Amino acid sequence: MNTLIVLPILVPLTTLLLALLVKRHHAWVTAISLVGAVLLLLTGLYLVMLAAQGTVLTAQMGGWAAPYGISLVIDRLSAVMVAITGIIGLATLVYCLRQPIPADFLRDTHLFVHGLLAGICGAFITADIFNLYVWFEVLLIGSFALIALGGGERRLSGAMTYLVLNMLATLLFLLAAGLVYGATGTLNMGELALLFRAEEASDGAWLGVILMLVSFSIKAALFPLFGWLPASYHVAWTPVSALFAGLLTKVGVYALIRLVTLLWPEPGVVHSVLLWVACATMIIGVLGAAAQTEVRRILSFHIVSQVGYMVLGLALATPLALAGAVFYLIHHIVVKANLFFVGGIAARLTGSERLAAMGGLYARAPLLAILFAIPALSLAGIPPLSGFWAKFVLVKASLDAGVWIAAFFILFTGVFTLLSMSKIWNESFLKAHPQPELLGVAGNGPRGAWISVSVLAVMTVAIGLGAGPVMEYAMAASEQLIEAPAYLQLLNGRSQ
Amino acid sequence: MEWLGAITAGIMAALGVWMMLDRHLMRVVLGIAVLGNAINLGVLTAGRFSGTEAAFTFAGQTGLDAANPLPQALVLTAIVIGFALFVFALSVLKRTHELHGDKDTDRVSQVTEQPAPDDAEEPVQRPAGEGRA
Repeated sequence: MNTLIVLPILVPLTTLLLALLVKRHHAWVTAISLVGAVLLLLTGLYLVMLAAQGTVLTAQMGGWAAPYGISLVIDRLSAVMVAITGIIGLATLVYCLRQPIPADFLRDTHLFVHGLLAGICGAFITADIFNLYVWFEVLLIGSFALIALGGGERRLSGAMTYLVLNMLATLLFLLAAGLVYGATGTLNMGELALLFRAEEASDGAWLGVILMLVSFSIKAALFPLFGWLPASYHVAWTPVSALFAGLLTKVGVYALIRLVTLLWPEPGVVHSVLLWVACATMIIGVLGAAAQTEVRRILSFHIVSQVGYMVLGLALATPLALAGAVFYLIHHIVVKANLFFVGGIAARLTGSERLAAMGGLYARAPLLAILFAIPALSLAGIPPLSGFWAKFVLVKASLDAGVWIAAFFILFTGVFTLLSMSKIWNESFLKAHPQPELLGVAGNGPRGAWISVSVLAVMTVAIGLGAGPVMEYAMAASEQLIEAPAYLQLLNGRSQ
Repeated sequence: MEWLGAITAGIMAALGVWMMLDRHLMRVVLGIAVLGNAINLGVLTAGRFSGTEAAFTFAGQTGLDAANPLPQALVLTAIVIGFALFVFALSVLKRTHELHGDKDTDRVSQVTEQPAPDDAEEPVQRPAGEGRA
């Protein structure tokens, strides 16, 4: 049991170390890295299977009892996040296969991706605030290296922006963790939850926790703290930005969901603030996207807008809305990473990712048109794809909760999302290429990229068609989030 | 003692923020380092300066007046991580300086906002003779 729970961290770390040992042999590195990614995916799927039966894995690191030792908890939400991290990690590495770029660059990408995955998985399964800070740093270091890889003026400038603002967010989190410890004497999330649920938290603890929420909001790119995201994601190499787009902000969203549901199971002040922040995030993100003229910059603004939906589900705080947020999280990670991947292939075929210089893709690569249409329509919320159900649940939850304005924002943002997607569609697929001789000169690109994109598109359709079971899982996950049995039980030994 | 730590941390944090608002990129990065240290001190102070003995006991002994080891452990971790990140930021800064020639923050945002180069799919090759990352 103890080994299983640390596997999501252990697998990527071991892969990284083994690959480092043979780093001179690029083929070996690729092989080890792919095996590692597959193992992480299998671990994730197994954890989801266990979690679906209601098993919650808990462990104390080093045998130190809670709340002194570091606790790890894998419940339904953590399990599904680990599984989806495995999926996106593997898709990214497969996309990287045989890309026509320098071999050592490719090797470094493989190495750092595993470092990043270890940090992400660690953040998903820890139940200790300081440990969460450490995992945030681990994933930050991986992401810094990945975003700067390859160099060049534009990329390094983007990396600099990304670096400064993310370091600031993490520093705020560290300060918050210190303040919370100073005010409560604990760093264990379960013990904090007990304190807040009993309404015994001091003002100092509130201050620390609010600061923590601010820091998570920067990570999750919530309005008005999202500026760093559209300023940096478009400069990285395509698979890297797809990996970031899928997973990184979602770590922030996960941390928000975890903390808010643990500390305030009932709607309160925090929820009403989050509600407005979420609505503003949705609408500002989508309007920002409307002003952009490059594929990845449009998509980057859409990340911001979509994060708003998830936080909206959290802010409504009914079990249905929370389930909607979890469903949205699952759907969004797959769809968003896929859109970035498709954007990469489209950029290779047309020779540019500026919409003005793209075109003619529908005639040149009809398969790619389908592969773009699936995630794009899903993002906009067209039935029967996954995004429709995600939005449907959120609209229903906000109407049930009597928050009409939220339902209005959801639908309004959906229309604008469709508008952005049709902009990309018209400009890069339907329009004739401005310089037809450039279309497809670089070839179709490696097969691995097409495999990644196709598998993720099939997943989008599968989540849409099999929305019932996924929603059931999300529903159970949301109940588990509110009751948080594992987090509270960890402390039984002490509270008696 | 806590008041002294708190005030020092506050002043350092103010300095760090002020430096981060500077247009010069070098000062921004140094500002992060100063702010990081201010926050480390803040975390240590938030854990209270109780006890005069080192946070260490031998078997069979009880630490009567030992300091609280947890904030020390936290800050130690944070210092190590912060140092690594600072070094990374400095190396990115050095490379940015070599490419830009100047270190203006406005210039950095300007370059990031440039339209995508048409070979976006191809990462820039490392110049020959440069050390490996």
